Amino acid sequence: MSVKLTTRQVGDVTVVDAAGRITLGDGASTFRDTVRDLAAGGQKKMLLNLAEVSYIDSSGIGEMVSGFTTVTNQGGQVKLLNLTKRVKDLLQITKLYTVFEVFDDEAAAVRSFK
Amino acid sequence: MADQEGVGAHTVEEALESTLESVDQAEDIVLREAREMGFDEDEQHHIGISLRECLVNAVVHGNKYNSRKKVRLVVSRTPDRLEILVGDEGEGFDVQQVPDPLAEENLLRQSGRGVMMIQAFMDEFHVQRRHPSGTEVRMVKYLPKPR
Repeated sequence: MSVKLTTRQVGDVTVVDAAGRITLGDGASTFRDTVRDLAAGGQKKMLLNLAEVSYIDSSGIGEMVSGFTTVTNQGGQVKLLNLTKRVKDLLQITKLYTVFEVFDDEAAAVRSFK
Repeated sequence: MADQEGVGAHTVEEALESTLESVDQAEDIVLREAREMGFDEDEQHHIGISLRECLVNAVVHGNKYNSRKKVRLVVSRTPDRLEILVGDEGEGFDVQQVPDPLAEENLLRQSGRGVMMIQAFMDEFHVQRRHPSGTEVRMVKYLPKPR
């Protein structure tokens, strides 16, 4: 299964609910296009909910980093919500846990945006 | 597919097309072997992700999707050891040239994390040039001893 992304608004924060695999090919490019479209549409506060993401490869991680950089360079913020153990392990191995703000509680994550 | 049985040993060999579909195909083959050996789900995940990183490198960076070039996959197992060999027909690859993805200045690079992930997840990882051309990666995972 490739990735399925749905977006919803919680106040002025755009929550992207992701499910499936973010890997080279459809998954990573769908993820990239969604984040870029949101950024191009002026969304500056993005919360990526990865609760249902079973698998991310290095391409998927690359797209997350790329999205983070794009939005940050436009003055916005990207934060992560509900990482599975496997995704959390990957972010620790790659030291990206120090780059992204990560939350387990959606309300707290939404409140954290400035 | 070549499938050889020996005393306590088992080897599967495939010549795969240089396509992303081959990555899924190879993952299915390797995960089947890992499951049968008794690796747990987390270990299977680590083996699968390492295999995918390796295959993607061979298809995308090695063979550059060239339909005339194949990716050689050899999966060998003994009761406690799974060895995966992936060979491409590309121009060769020097693992020492990959910038350290954990260096502060590289943390936000989009690519370059695959090899480091394989090294974190597998027990052995070796890269060597093939003759006349190409790269061969060999990685090994040992089945943990029962506690």
